[in-house]
Amino acid sequence: MHIHKFEKYWLIAGIGGLIVFLVILGFGAFYLGTHPQSHGIVIDPENIEANEAFKKENLGLHEIGDGKYVLNVVASAFNYDLGVDEDGKPVKHIQIPKDSKVLIQATTPDVIHGFNIAGTNANMMVEPGYISSMEVTFKKPGEYTLVCNEYCGTGHHLMYATVEVVE
Amino acid sequence: MAIEKLETYQDERLPLVITKQESRLYMSFIYVAFIALLIGGLMGLLQVLVRSGHFTLPAGIDYYQVLTVHGVILALVLTTFFIIGFQFALMGKTVGISDRQRRLGWLSFWTMTIGTAITATTILLGKASVLYTFYAPLQAHPAFYIGLTLVIVGSWIAAFVNFHQLAVWKKKHPGEKSPLLAFMVCINMAMWLICSIGVAVSVLFHIIPWSLGWIPSINVLLSRTLFWYFGHPLVYFWLLPAYMAWYAIIPKIIGGKIFSDALARLSFVLFLFFSIPVGLHHQLTEPGLDSTWKFIQVVLTLMVVIPSLMTAFSMFATFEITGRKKGYGGLFGWLKHLPWKDVRFVAPFVGMLAFIPGGAGGIINASHQMNSLVHNTIWVTGHFHLTVATTVVLTFFGVAYWLIPHLTGRTLTKSINNLGLVQTYLWAIGMTIMSAAMHIQGLLGGPRRSNFSDYGGTEQAAEWGWYQLAQAIGGSILFIAIILMVYIVAKLAFFAPKGEEEFPIAEEEENAEPTPMWLENWKLWIAITIALILFAYTVPIMDVIQNAPPGSPPFDWPIGNS
Repeated sequence: MHIHKFEKYWLIAGIGGLIVFLVILGFGAFYLGTHPQSHGIVIDPENIEANEAFKKENLGLHEIGDGKYVLNVVASAFNYDLGVDEDGKPVKHIQIPKDSKVLIQATTPDVIHGFNIAGTNANMMVEPGYISSMEVTFKKPGEYTLVCNEYCGTGHHLMYATVEVVE
Repeated sequence: MAIEKLETYQDERLPLVITKQESRLYMSFIYVAFIALLIGGLMGLLQVLVRSGHFTLPAGIDYYQVLTVHGVILALVLTTFFIIGFQFALMGKTVGISDRQRRLGWLSFWTMTIGTAITATTILLGKASVLYTFYAPLQAHPAFYIGLTLVIVGSWIAAFVNFHQLAVWKKKHPGEKSPLLAFMVCINMAMWLICSIGVAVSVLFHIIPWSLGWIPSINVLLSRTLFWYFGHPLVYFWLLPAYMAWYAIIPKIIGGKIFSDALARLSFVLFLFFSIPVGLHHQLTEPGLDSTWKFIQVVLTLMVVIPSLMTAFSMFATFEITGRKKGYGGLFGWLKHLPWKDVRFVAPFVGMLAFIPGGAGGIINASHQMNSLVHNTIWVTGHFHLTVATTVVLTFFGVAYWLIPHLTGRTLTKSINNLGLVQTYLWAIGMTIMSAAMHIQGLLGGPRRSNFSDYGGTEQAAEWGWYQLAQAIGGSILFIAIILMVYIVAKLAFFAPKGEEEFPIAEEEENAEPTPMWLENWKLWIAITIALILFAYTVPIMDVIQNAPPGSPPFDWPIGNS
């Protein structure tokens, strides 16, 4: 089959670029460990409290060591459960010190939800039967909106909280 | 004389004549497509207005109901009906259709139309606000899924008729290469058949029994994985008919020849290979799938860069060669020869331009890590409004300008042509504003598929509001363009002056190298396609089934359906 000379150059350059691109992605993923979240940890969606992390008292942000935190979240239609404060009121705003490492763990007892701290890399699908988790370091102080970015029903857009990264 | 004519026909492969009876079948598909455009476009207008924050839906209509109509009627109905009507016309013109095949074509049409009516009714009754992706465990009324199944089954009938049309032709023309457009149609339908089996299995054996309460729970991840096994080839099912027009029709419109018949076929074969084993790149941020397999499918996904580069080269090579033949020299002088006042060319050309940012955005979406930045943000919505809602749709409009009058025995007049040019520019302006605003808002974290919300009054949400206002402006311009298009279609179908409009099919250069016959090795192409699918999906699907969590019961109350 005849391929025009210029088309050969064009395809060689294009395929060469593609290979370089894929090598960079692969290097990032397998050497630097920047895979998107995926752990395959299962949970019974009808009994999430059987898992220590999602017991009522363990929800929300907890410090586990110097500069290390765990954030346990239950996403349900149409609410993020981040635990309760001293007065027993639901927490809708959390403060995280800048540069601290936060392990986010989320699950849902009902339908599929999104978990996106808008403007950061913390972006996960939350699906019934699985625990979504990723470790994030917030480097830029400011207020971020935690939004549900997968359609979960008529109140989908009312499912939010705020995350403040403080100095 | 008669014999002589017959010989000319056989030598030059003059295209066949489409009869009145055939035209009625092809036009029926196209009418439904443009009715869908009007309804879906109106829904789109309502969405951007609501999201601007300055408008609320009357009579208790829910935003997500409107969004479901928009997605289903444009992404599934408009596209599928137009494509099948267009492909039938291409087959009728290049290989012919028998009476029996035509009757089966009607069966396909009615199956799809009845399916659409059932699904549409269910959505309008507020029983199926699950969006066009219908992710379990959100549960719509069973009729929603049954209607969609009928649409798919109807499209399968069309696929088998198309295969049969080509087979009959090949039997009559042993040892000859098939007409390029018929080859392309059959590649697209083969891909469609192979991919839609995934969603059909999921819907028939999984979702429908579960929605009827026959089985108590569903494997959510399996249903999603089967959906995306179908969902990504779906976008190529939209795109390939546009490529058919680019490769084999546009050259004729600009007065040129096909750049390379063999390369056009090769690129379609590559699309067949690399459209299907790639669905996991839509599921990159999901918790239950293995990262290595996600990466493997990312690599397979990006293989489509190769046929895409081939297509881009072919297009611009055709433009340049044609221009130079007409005597336009200089580095870019040949651009001048292009028919900038012919809407049959301009509309698809604007579509091609949109595919440059559209394709680049697609590479970002599929890029393993970079996906986390944009996943489920409105960037993605901006992306596919460039690819499907501009590249594909403007090319379909470009086809409609000559196909409709050709089938209805009318002509594309100068004034309709000029109206079409206005339509194209309005579309380009409206989409540039709307899609750019969506892309930027997405990069700032704004979520997709969401009703208006101030998210508790955060600064970020206030910033998103400005982009949503821009989307309302762009979307309103687009709606005006849709009204104009529907007007043009009505005019071409019922009111334009009677006459003969050309069905432009480009030919090869007279001294073109022969196309190698191995390109017609269907068994090999299908075998490679299936092998790639088995390679990419066997382990992930086994994993999803073997390591499954307890299943999910149906949830109907979140969509207001309890």
